[in-house]
Amino acid sequence: MLDDFMIRAGLAGVGLAFAAGPLGCFVVWRRMAYFGETISHAAILGVALSLMLQVSIFAGALAVALLMAWIVNLLSERGYAIDTLLGVLAHSSLAVGLVVVSFISGIRIDLMAYLFGDILAVSHLDLAIIWGGALLILILVMWRWSPLLTVTLNEDLSYANGFNPKREKLLITLSLGLTVAVAVKVVGVLLIVAMLIIPAAAARTLARTPEAMAVIASIIGAASAILGLRAAFVLDTPAGPSIVCIAAIFFITITLIGTFKKIQP
Amino acid sequence: MSLIQVEKLSVNYGSRIALSEVDLKIEPGEIVTVVGPNGSGKTSLLKAIIGATPPTAGSVKLKPNLKIGYVPQRLNFNSSLPMTVERFMQLRHKGGNKSCVMALEEVGVSSLIKQQMSQLSGGQFQRVLLAHALINNPEILLLDEATQGLDQPGSAAFYRLVEEARQNTGCAVLMISHDLHVVMSASDRVICLNGHVCCAGTPAVVASTPEYKNLFGTETDRTLALYQHDHDHDHDHDHDLKNSAVR
Repeated sequence: MLDDFMIRAGLAGVGLAFAAGPLGCFVVWRRMAYFGETISHAAILGVALSLMLQVSIFAGALAVALLMAWIVNLLSERGYAIDTLLGVLAHSSLAVGLVVVSFISGIRIDLMAYLFGDILAVSHLDLAIIWGGALLILILVMWRWSPLLTVTLNEDLSYANGFNPKREKLLITLSLGLTVAVAVKVVGVLLIVAMLIIPAAAARTLARTPEAMAVIASIIGAASAILGLRAAFVLDTPAGPSIVCIAAIFFITITLIGTFKKIQP
Repeated sequence: MSLIQVEKLSVNYGSRIALSEVDLKIEPGEIVTVVGPNGSGKTSLLKAIIGATPPTAGSVKLKPNLKIGYVPQRLNFNSSLPMTVERFMQLRHKGGNKSCVMALEEVGVSSLIKQQMSQLSGGQFQRVLLAHALINNPEILLLDEATQGLDQPGSAAFYRLVEEARQNTGCAVLMISHDLHVVMSASDRVICLNGHVCCAGTPAVVASTPEYKNLFGTETDRTLALYQHDHDHDHDHDHDLKNSAVR
């Protein structure tokens, strides 16, 4: 069954969506969208370096994404004007990555595959990496769920309850790095953050508790992956962007219905 | 033994000195209030006690396994985070719903249990925060400007709840506040802070010290100070008023 490339693609998308649901909620709650952008843009540099050094793309993307995650986490601790700094880091690492790729001669590189993903070419090994990474992220987030929520509400409250908020924040940032590395193949570096925040934002209208929001986000993400692949197949459109389009349609529909219900008593 | 023992605590942020050589001891069951103008190091003191700010010099000793109930000034709630009162209470207390309801009942807001936190009024929100701090039977409550944004009757009602909680559970209370009059009458001890400990003692003693009058008379309430200076008898009158507001 796994020999069908559409099935593998579907499983890859669903795996990513499951991890991106709860983590994406934290990105939305903690307003870390730009954090995510910076880490994901850095991944293209990782891709370029691993092509140059001829090592696995996943390993290269993971190493650079984790490094960038660690750097931005450190900078945010210092309280620099983080918004500007993230912008500098995000776009310069993207630019450097693109320049490095242009130096690699000999093989013709399809850059689009890394910018927008190549989910239809997911191999058995890719699938194992995606699900392994996704499960690791899910386990980490579920294990630290209450402390992570407490940190999101108030850092001093988390100190008083006996958790170190710095450790919890580092956990979120490193999980973001891992998600980025896992997602390069699925939706590409430019659309990773979309998979984090769009399902979570769509789930907000439907949820009354943080847990419900995380679960609904995962379900919306998984549905987007499956429907997006189907749409790409039928309409002959690129798969990664199609998945994001479906997620956006979910968001718009749910938000409109929610607003309409609020107006109607 | 003391619940909290702060010795010669100094905290610097870079070259700025927030606290220098502060001594403080909290015994079980007492209500201690720290007052001081903005930038006097009140918040730094509280942060050092919970371990959020490392001391530059001196030491902060907590009783081993001290159970702290912390009431923050505010929470970073934005509309993107759905959270019922019930779920918020469970962040600190895993297990039965019964103790959540009981803690909410104690502060008179158990009817709000299914409400979204973002829809509460300022007074309701602070009461839920207090219930959240009380739920695991803390040995000490720490309150960080817990009544900011509440009007005077609202603050007085809030501090009455804190006093009740102390009576019911025997927990100690350490609070920092701006609401001088309301807070002070509810306290066993007042510590007047301005980078260092200016004066300390019972509310009546502290209120009559020149240091205290200096600090608050000139910096936060010039008109009242002048008024008090000119009409000494009015000071007593005012004192009675603030007692009646609390009791």
